Amino acid sequence: MNFYAIKSIYSFEMARFFRTLAQSLISPVLSTSLYFIVFGAAIGSRIEEVDGVSYGAFIIPGLIMLSLLTQSISNASFGIYFPKFIGSIYELHTAPVSYVEIVLGYVGAAASKSALIGLVILGTATFFVDFTILHPVAMLAFLLLTSVTFSLFGFIIGIWSKNFEQLQMVPLLVITPLVFLGGSFYSVSMLPPFWQTVTMFNPVVYLISGFRWAFFGTADVNIGLSLTMITVFMLLCLGLIGWTYKTGYKIKS
Amino acid sequence: MTTTTAFVDRVRRPAHLAVADLFISFFEKTIMAAILSIQNLSKQYDSGFQALKNVNLEIEEGEILALLGPNGAGKTTLISIICGLVNATSGTATVGGFDVVDEFRKARSLIGLVPQEISLEPFQTVTNALHFSRGLFGKGRDPALIEDILKKLSLWDKRDSKVVELSGGMKRRVLIAKALCHEPRVLFLDEPTAGVDVELRKEMWEVVRQLKADGVTIILTTHYIEEAEAIADRIGVIRSGELLLVEDKDLLMRRMGQRQIRIELMQPIDRIPDALASYNLEYSEEDQSLTYSYEANGERTGITALFSDLGKAGLILRDVETRQSSLEDIFVGLVEDK
Repeated sequence: MNFYAIKSIYSFEMARFFRTLAQSLISPVLSTSLYFIVFGAAIGSRIEEVDGVSYGAFIIPGLIMLSLLTQSISNASFGIYFPKFIGSIYELHTAPVSYVEIVLGYVGAAASKSALIGLVILGTATFFVDFTILHPVAMLAFLLLTSVTFSLFGFIIGIWSKNFEQLQMVPLLVITPLVFLGGSFYSVSMLPPFWQTVTMFNPVVYLISGFRWAFFGTADVNIGLSLTMITVFMLLCLGLIGWTYKTGYKIKS
Repeated sequence: MTTTTAFVDRVRRPAHLAVADLFISFFEKTIMAAILSIQNLSKQYDSGFQALKNVNLEIEEGEILALLGPNGAGKTTLISIICGLVNATSGTATVGGFDVVDEFRKARSLIGLVPQEISLEPFQTVTNALHFSRGLFGKGRDPALIEDILKKLSLWDKRDSKVVELSGGMKRRVLIAKALCHEPRVLFLDEPTAGVDVELRKEMWEVVRQLKADGVTIILTTHYIEEAEAIADRIGVIRSGELLLVEDKDLLMRRMGQRQIRIELMQPIDRIPDALASYNLEYSEEDQSLTYSYEANGERTGITALFSDLGKAGLILRDVETRQSSLEDIFVGLVEDK
């Protein structure tokens, strides 16, 4: 294992994060704060408690999850796509590194960034809403697992994308709707029965539900099922990355 | 010198030189091991384009090999396969005895690549870019070495500048520096001076000579014949995916190079005298000169006989000059010939 290579890639990616701090940290925090002000304080004060939790607190896990998913995907996909775009990826492919090290470096950095953003948003939330976290360890585990899984997914998008348009298509057209319709702002039980069934096909429901369980002890679906779903998705992503590098699909001619 | 082709075999060698060749070849095989060995390498792209056709090549440690060929000849594909950017369709390549696919970690740690295009992360500083490259190759930080490389390449003043702020020539130096900072034993330079001004080109050649002096084996592709002529030890000519020949540069020029003698006459002549017909002379009315072509390393150049016959024919000479064909003439001749 080439540890120096992992460290190099990881440090390089983290350096970019801190170099563009305004874009990478302040912007997601600002947009989430706006959600808290509008949905939590302004509208939320007129909404009843959901599952015994004030509406302002109820939306915290969903909002963090929204950021985690979009940030993980955009950080990881951009991280690997940009060297491809400017051509500097040649260095990665001529160095004595295997795809395991490349993935550990890029995905590790992307996951670290989004986990950091998630924690900062959590900290920001304390300024707007009073809440306690029932299972802090499970919450952290979920946060990390989600960051890693969706960074892997973002990495695949970055490798497969041929242009910037494709790079942004999946986060914009797939992830954002799935998160909004996945119970970020409401409990699945609030939907009519038909839509409850439809919602169960949305993988993000399991993420938000499990994350919410870690906060408040209540969930739309069983926590075991949530964990299983995210693990399955992670294994799927790992498998796809492994296949991509083994066959050289979109990497080598 | 170990690689011979049918093309080169066409040229007959005197017996005593053939013995010397045998001795040199034996010496090379025993003392100098090939650092890069390519066997039966072929590449066919998905589009069906055959970029390389059964290429065989051995490169000894410490030499500079220039691969010459027109655009699309397969130079970059060959380099890309060895460096790990392209998969070969068939055949093998080893660097330092390590297979570039099965033992890619060991093979690649010996290789440095300077690509054709300037492909650099724009917002990194020069020093950080070098630390990054060294790290990728599994080596810990070595500020003293990085300083040494930066100074050798006249980049020391720019060490804290961002890559995006550098001129084109400086960026090319950064590419070379990046390729050197893991201390490779084999350096590939893919068109290192394409689009570079004359002054910088000469500086690049100096850098290459310096690297050779440090014991680095260098393989460079170029379509500037002048470049190959100036710095290479051996020349490989590649066309349509085929390696037409690999030959010692000086030997190639001696073997393939034609010499010419231009003889200026005092008086114009109507026709070349019959006594001189066997010399295949060309007469130019414009400057009333005769041109005689001969092979520089031929057993008999025929010069003495020519001058004697010129005298017998009653021609009075004003001036005589000789010229040797350049590598460019040889190259053009080869590529057209095939």
